[in-house]
Amino acid sequence: MKEIVVISGKGGTGKTSITASFAKLGAEEIVVADCDVDAADMHLVMSPEVIHTEDYYSGFVAKIDENKCTQCGACIDTCQFDAISPEFNINQYKCEGCSYCSEICPTHAIKMQELCIGQYFISKSRMNNYLIHAKLGIGADNTGKLVAMVKKEARKIAEANNLNTILVDGSPGIGCPVLSSLTGANLVCIVTESSLSGFHDLQRVYEVAKRFKLKACCIINKHDLNTKLTKQIEDYLEKEGIIHLANLPYMANFSDAMVEGKTIVEKENTIHSQLIKDSWQKIKEIVV
Amino acid sequence: MILAIASGKGGTGKTTLSTNLASYISEKQKVTLADLDVEEPNSGLFLDVEKDLEKDMFKKIPEWKESECILCGKCQEWCKFNCIQVLGDEVMIFPEFCHTCHMCVDLCPGSALSFKDVRMGRLSKSHKGNLTFVESRLNIGEEQAVSLISQTIDYTENYADEDELIIVDAPPGAACPVMEVVDKSDFVILVTEPTPFGLNDLKIAVETMRVLNREFAVVINRYGIGNDDVISYCKAENIDILAKINNDRKLAELYSKGNLLYKHSENLREQLDLIIEKLHLLK
Ligand code: SF4
Ligand code: SF4
Repeated sequence: MKEIVVISGKGGTGKTSITASFAKLGAEEIVVADCDVDAADMHLVMSPEVIHTEDYYSGFVAKIDENKCTQCGACIDTCQFDAISPEFNINQYKCEGCSYCSEICPTHAIKMQELCIGQYFISKSRMNNYLIHAKLGIGADNTGKLVAMVKKEARKIAEANNLNTILVDGSPGIGCPVLSSLTGANLVCIVTESSLSGFHDLQRVYEVAKRFKLKACCIINKHDLNTKLTKQIEDYLEKEGIIHLANLPYMANFSDAMVEGKTIVEKENTIHSQLIKDSWQKIKEIVV
Repeated sequence: MILAIASGKGGTGKTTLSTNLASYISEKQKVTLADLDVEEPNSGLFLDVEKDLEKDMFKKIPEWKESECILCGKCQEWCKFNCIQVLGDEVMIFPEFCHTCHMCVDLCPGSALSFKDVRMGRLSKSHKGNLTFVESRLNIGEEQAVSLISQTIDYTENYADEDELIIVDAPPGAACPVMEVVDKSDFVILVTEPTPFGLNDLKIAVETMRVLNREFAVVINRYGIGNDDVISYCKAENIDILAKINNDRKLAELYSKGNLLYKHSENLREQLDLIIEKLHLLK
């Protein structure tokens, strides 16, 4: 099984648009996992038909049984997160599920309930591949666990259908979700942009990716916005042994395809379309 | 007043708006900008500020005292975040996951656990003219962004004048870190771009504001690309659109070099004026 994970560190570099294009090019030969669970947008261009939905539980939230509660106030004094109001209501978004209150309540009026923080879906997309995606409830913690779950489902589907490539739209940032996205991957493809913050985040996220000792490749978007910086990024890639796949020029109408519910590669005869096709070809050569 | 600049997804122009709005206002009055995107604080790249101080930020985690421990195993059972493992005759603690809920320390029957401080990140404060800039950076691998964010807000509030405007650059997404920022803010500006991805993420952000019962309005960035769906959505939902910042290649080039943009764009200055006026940001 080969797993290709696309990440960017910073948002807005074109990561999801490019991953969706790869999904189109890979078609029925791959399984796609949208692990950008905070901003899950792949479905907007992949038009998935949901085959299976599952609730996703993670963590706990306290619940007070009014009948048993004597309003002694012990729980309020104990809670470190200000999650219990003077009227003994629990604020679900503040409660971190530590269960300290439940442990010390003298009348055992507080029970911990499993928290449903979202759903994940197994779908068939218009590109003839399976898409595993998720919808996260707001204020959810532990998105790293949901990412791991989405990836696990993707692997199951791949095995069941004799497919050996999984394409992952990875999480942003450098925290737990991106670590989960990278776990078990074979190749990480970093989409960056030619801007100071793009470069800054590229270096920060590559520090994280390095720990996994994966092969890495990179696409520099909007390379012509700052040619001097692009050169610096290219030098950095070479120094770190990151394979440089392509430079995409700035395009004012980058989002036109998205508006039509399409991917960039479905806009034929554009320079972007060609460069992304070439990149996908190179990726396939790297992972085999 | 704390004004938060947030967005459902990253890369919509949250940092651009925060840095430009704060710098623009600082031409007229004192203002503080705090970058609370602690995983990836980028505001500093755009500000030509002078550093005043840097300091380590800590969180409390339990420390185990072998001589007092009766090896009852309770702490491992209590901790819902799997920070404690009792292995043989040793208690091991994994600090990255600790939420500092106090349960293990308070309830340990042998009083074998007490709190100690561990470094979770670094805060810096700098200034330029009327602008104070506070930034916190989370250690790589540290899980508890919320604690660093809330400490940074407290620090900023303590430092700023009573009636000073504090602008905070919130982390992206709709998870706990952004909830913490929104909860402590008086008003939230949601930055979006007029594309299907932008709209989808805006809807989630709006839901968050409504759950937290926070006053908010929208600023559209890269106006001119995509389509009108964001505008129709805001109309249907009765959401104020404070400003529309034009998409402009020249600005994208300046941004890429880490420049502030308002000095180079009349459209941006006009839009910032609209925000300032509608939200009464000037004294
Ligand atoms: S609860 Fe206290 S006494 Fe019991 S195993 Fe943990 S540290 Fe030791
Ligand atoms: S303070 Fe709470 S979260 Fe931290 S180790 Fe103790 S029980 Fe776990």
